[in-house]
Amino acid sequence: MIISIADISKSYGAFQALKHCSATIARGEVVVICGPSGSGKSTLIKTLNGLEKIDSGRITIGGFKLTPATDDLRALRSSVGMVFQHFELFPHLSVLGNVMLAQTKVLRRPRPVAEKKARALLERVGLGGHIEKHPQQLSGGQQQRVAIARALALDPEIMLFDEPTSALDPEMVGEVLDVMTELAAGGMTMLCVTHEMGFARRVADRVFFMDNGEIVETAASAAFFDAPQTDRAQHFLSRILTH
Amino acid sequence: MMHLDFSILIDAAPYLLKGLFLTLQITLVGFLGGIFFGSLLAIARLSTNRVYSTLASVYVTVMRSLPLILVLFWVFFLAPWLLGWVKGAGRPIPVGAHMTAFITFVLFEAAFFAEIVRAGLRSVSVGQYSAADALGLSKRQTYVYVIFPQAIRNVLPILLTQTIILFQDSSLVYVISATDLLGAASKIAQRDNRLIEMYIAVGLIYFVLSFTASRLVKHLQSRLAYGRARP
Repeated sequence: MIISIADISKSYGAFQALKHCSATIARGEVVVICGPSGSGKSTLIKTLNGLEKIDSGRITIGGFKLTPATDDLRALRSSVGMVFQHFELFPHLSVLGNVMLAQTKVLRRPRPVAEKKARALLERVGLGGHIEKHPQQLSGGQQQRVAIARALALDPEIMLFDEPTSALDPEMVGEVLDVMTELAAGGMTMLCVTHEMGFARRVADRVFFMDNGEIVETAASAAFFDAPQTDRAQHFLSRILTH
Repeated sequence: MMHLDFSILIDAAPYLLKGLFLTLQITLVGFLGGIFFGSLLAIARLSTNRVYSTLASVYVTVMRSLPLILVLFWVFFLAPWLLGWVKGAGRPIPVGAHMTAFITFVLFEAAFFAEIVRAGLRSVSVGQYSAADALGLSKRQTYVYVIFPQAIRNVLPILLTQTIILFQDSSLVYVISATDLLGAASKIAQRDNRLIEMYIAVGLIYFVLSFTASRLVKHLQSRLAYGRARP
């Protein structure tokens, strides 16, 4: 198991965002996390690379252990890539600079090596012709693809996606999902919080359904969509699939 | 009727230039030192560590509540005592007018720049910290490569405007007999009894330099939007 989540909980003041969540994910698996808003999906995914600290429980991810006492996360960060809802590209750097920064500063790769890698990745996500531009000159879909390339540049074993298409205009969702689909086909272990149920059905191996801070149901994606086991999942699916 | 004779400016020019050089030196030292210590103060003020943030906040509030000329006097009269005490000399060690001016302006401007830099830091979204964090950048790297370049850029026009004020305020060092541009002008004015000519001339120099600088800031401001400043 490349990721195992064991009985983790997390509160913000009186609000309990995660309640005793447990799950395991195998190498190469693609998991979509879905559920109503406020159900703890984003919190769960952010605990996996330590962006959110857990209050109790334990996570092992790619050979690293995360407990409530874990402080130094730098080694973990380069083996777990993350893509954010609002891209969070660095506006003062060019597209190329965005994809090179962590390579040169965190992994201490020589600049020519980092640049070669960045160019290859940007080519791969279809942005080879935009490397000198600044993020603000790109569309949302293009920016999100740069963000994916930026995360991939550190050669992560695992990629986390936190609602990667929620901030995009509808016509740009496809180009980002295509890059993610290709990544999944290449064997990347992926966890993705998303409302794109078509993507979940086509690409995900499994679906985690969350509600109210709990992982309510984990099932193979076809099984989840065809025959959800819990009332809460049935209710959720009936609402999002019939509108 | 008074007779104005501006030809005295020709003889006075080398001395005035020397004065202008000190004025520009004070401005530069105040700017660089102010940005450096101001940035540290800004980080301290935004720190979650109560001790740091309170100390920084007290410093900034006190400095901003005092007249510059008073701080100048303090440094001029107290710094020698302090230095003598630190070195165990048992008597004050003279610091000199130039050093007094440099120290004062760095101390004073740090407080003003701290507030500007703090505004700049707050203008950078929380998501940028998360992104830097997720890429494994250390705290120091995050500030140096991600946060500061954006923060400074966002407040650059205000920083430069404050620097123009600093350039003008540097004329106060004349009270500790430092020969800056105004000091040089006033010495010649009194020696030759040519007060009107000298003060008009020196006023023009301050005006031309400040005005040009503020036009440049305006120009820069329009070019600062991201992605447009490229050739």
